[in-house]
Amino acid sequence: MKMKSFLKTTVAAVAFVVAGMGAASAEQVKVGIAAEPYPPFASPDASGKWQGWEVEIAMAMCESAKLDCVITPVSWDGIIPALTTKKIDMIAASMSITAEREKTIDFSDKYYNTPTMILGTKGEKMDATPEGLKGKILGVQVSTVHQAYAKKHFADTAAEIKEYQTQDEANQDLAAGRIDATQADGLALETFVATPEGKACCEIKGKVADDLEILGPGVGVGLRKGDTEMKEKINAAIKDIRASGKYNEISKKYFTFDVYGG
Amino acid sequence: MTEAPLEAPIETFPIHKDTGPNLQARKLPPHRIVLILIGLALVASAAYFMRWEWLPNYGGLILQGLWRTIWILCVTVFLGFLLAVPLGLAQASGPAIVAIPARWFCTVIRGTPLLVQLWLLYYGLGSLFPQYPWIRGSELWPYLRQAWPYAVLALTLSYAGYEGEVMRGAFAGVPKGQLESARAFGMPRFTIFRRIWLPQAIHRALPTLAGEAVLQLKSTPLVATITVVDLYSVASRVRQDTFLTYEPLLLLAAGYLVITGVIVFLFRRVERLIPSKLG
Amino acid sequence: MADASIIPAGITGMFDLLSPVAPGWGANLLRGLVRSLQIALGAFGMGLMIGTLGAYGKLYGGPIVRDLAAIYTTLVRAIPELVMILLLYYAGTDLINRILEGMGYQRVDISGLVAGIVVLGFVQGAYATEVLRGAIKAIPQGEIEAARAYGMSPVLMMRRITLPAMLPHALPGLANLWLISTKDTALLAVVGFSELTLETRQAAGATKAYMTFYLAAGALYLFVTLFSNVILEWVEKRARRGMPSVREAH
Repeated sequence: MKMKSFLKTTVAAVAFVVAGMGAASAEQVKVGIAAEPYPPFASPDASGKWQGWEVEIAMAMCESAKLDCVITPVSWDGIIPALTTKKIDMIAASMSITAEREKTIDFSDKYYNTPTMILGTKGEKMDATPEGLKGKILGVQVSTVHQAYAKKHFADTAAEIKEYQTQDEANQDLAAGRIDATQADGLALETFVATPEGKACCEIKGKVADDLEILGPGVGVGLRKGDTEMKEKINAAIKDIRASGKYNEISKKYFTFDVYGG
Repeated sequence: MTEAPLEAPIETFPIHKDTGPNLQARKLPPHRIVLILIGLALVASAAYFMRWEWLPNYGGLILQGLWRTIWILCVTVFLGFLLAVPLGLAQASGPAIVAIPARWFCTVIRGTPLLVQLWLLYYGLGSLFPQYPWIRGSELWPYLRQAWPYAVLALTLSYAGYEGEVMRGAFAGVPKGQLESARAFGMPRFTIFRRIWLPQAIHRALPTLAGEAVLQLKSTPLVATITVVDLYSVASRVRQDTFLTYEPLLLLAAGYLVITGVIVFLFRRVERLIPSKLG
Repeated sequence: MADASIIPAGITGMFDLLSPVAPGWGANLLRGLVRSLQIALGAFGMGLMIGTLGAYGKLYGGPIVRDLAAIYTTLVRAIPELVMILLLYYAGTDLINRILEGMGYQRVDISGLVAGIVVLGFVQGAYATEVLRGAIKAIPQGEIEAARAYGMSPVLMMRRITLPAMLPHALPGLANLWLISTKDTALLAVVGFSELTLETRQAAGATKAYMTFYLAAGALYLFVTLFSNVILEWVEKRARRGMPSVREAH
């Protein structure tokens, strides 16, 4: 019997410690971003702080919606489960609004929309069409619209479609010559090409043909299904920062054109 | 150099000790029948309440991933063991010039996470190659640009590092008298090694081999992080395509459980085939 | 590119990148190392707790407890840690919250650190169970019988007799588990927890100096292992005081 009470107290103590350590202030809203360098949208600096256009925009939205937000990096391939299991409260990780994802989560209105491009090895002949990528090894990041797009449009002609956990790794393997091309967000690719490594190895091969069904109308904030209160707040915040000029002010630091798109 | 072993190998699944009396009893005690029933009920409810309609679509891919996992496991265990023999021998009785590097190799491999070794080889070493045009132009390049050679290399080295330590103990554990009497018979050194020393050392290491093979199996999913499509990476793809969290992972866990069972079973058979009478 | 980055040029750049002040990424790696060690320590401690319970359950528990403990240790030791981590990381925290909600408590926010500790601790617990069970079995039966004959309560007996007497037997196995624990923290990188390996990967990705950072991370892990070995050896020597030496046989 004494053994049992000992067991009980131990279990209770463990539960208490775990709960106590884990409890954070309930008011904070956790904004999930992908834990990988994805310039210019989000990347860690040498002091470990996350910065970039998307981080600033997300914080501006929070400020406008009067939310106490904290940036929470999680792995990209687990970002939707993290949202549904309440590890994070919203996703601001350049996630495109697609019908497929809307089965599982909700989206706010879009907050940017950029073209999808193909980046390839310098000097090699290819373009952003199925014929242009014939026999090439194409790298894409897993669970992105680019993966879905490449599977639908390029799978028949490309030699292989390789899947990467992060776009950064795909870029690295392109520079290392392990793949011939990668498909991703045009801005992210242009930022990579502007770096010395990118300049040395690769060049933009063109913009892929549009496919609204897969590529979606743009990037929105991912929200839990049924979290309508948050959705209204975020939609109002997007409108507010667009109207107040805050959106343009942040964008000007990173881009020379309007990333909001048509 | 300290004498203490860095990390004693764990016998994950001891194959040579007799199993507990409970397991040997043929008749099932009532509580175990209840436990089995509860287990079956859990499996049945998982099959019934969870979503499995994706399964047929991924059948081919799952088999392909399973095959890749088993292939990598077998190749790296085999190559790793071949490498472990000289590593163990060098440490057990080699001159300092080979013993010290061998010991350092084992220490470094066992002192750092496999994931870091894998990424160091794939992203680190791999990123150096293309800087040299002659490598890119060489006949090896088609292999160097793929991911599986790095996976095989990393897992082989890792297995060799752990098993090398086991082999060191196994070589050292062979009774000196046996080697001395072999020498007294005028056996050439290599024959002594081949006929007396090595077989006995392998026999001594055999019980840990099953455990090490299971540990190696448990390491294989790491190769998915460098784009090798193994069983684990197929499950990740299902997770990403269907947004299901638990179902693919549960199936994956069951898959590894079955492979582990097969490994333990096979090693038990091998163990039984070899006459066991150690000096 | 090819001519510019031959090794010597890389070496000075390497130290700049690893420097702990702002333009260098050394501070990030060190912060990652601290978090890795926190998790390793927490997981090891939790593993010990689970292991003690598990070992007692396996040795003295009823048939059902014994079977459940056997199922737990078999499953954990057969399923890859990476899969366990993914399952527990998502399912485990979800489950705790559902239970808490079911019991009428408020759901808690489980931080990545705690989740990491719990997940790895659960895995460690299975191995610790085996180590401690073996160690308890190595205690001469007479000591336990004598304690029983004196009418010691089970808790007192555990505190005064079993734990101290088994410690020397358990130490080599536990030392081993600690080393595994430090290395297993690297797996949390896959679920996006920023410990040493993920910090390394991010630094490498941001600077493109993959070789430098992975080598540095490897060196840090190796340092932890070697340093632990020194400490563990000293602890083991102390714990073995008065016991016949095992190493004299050589």
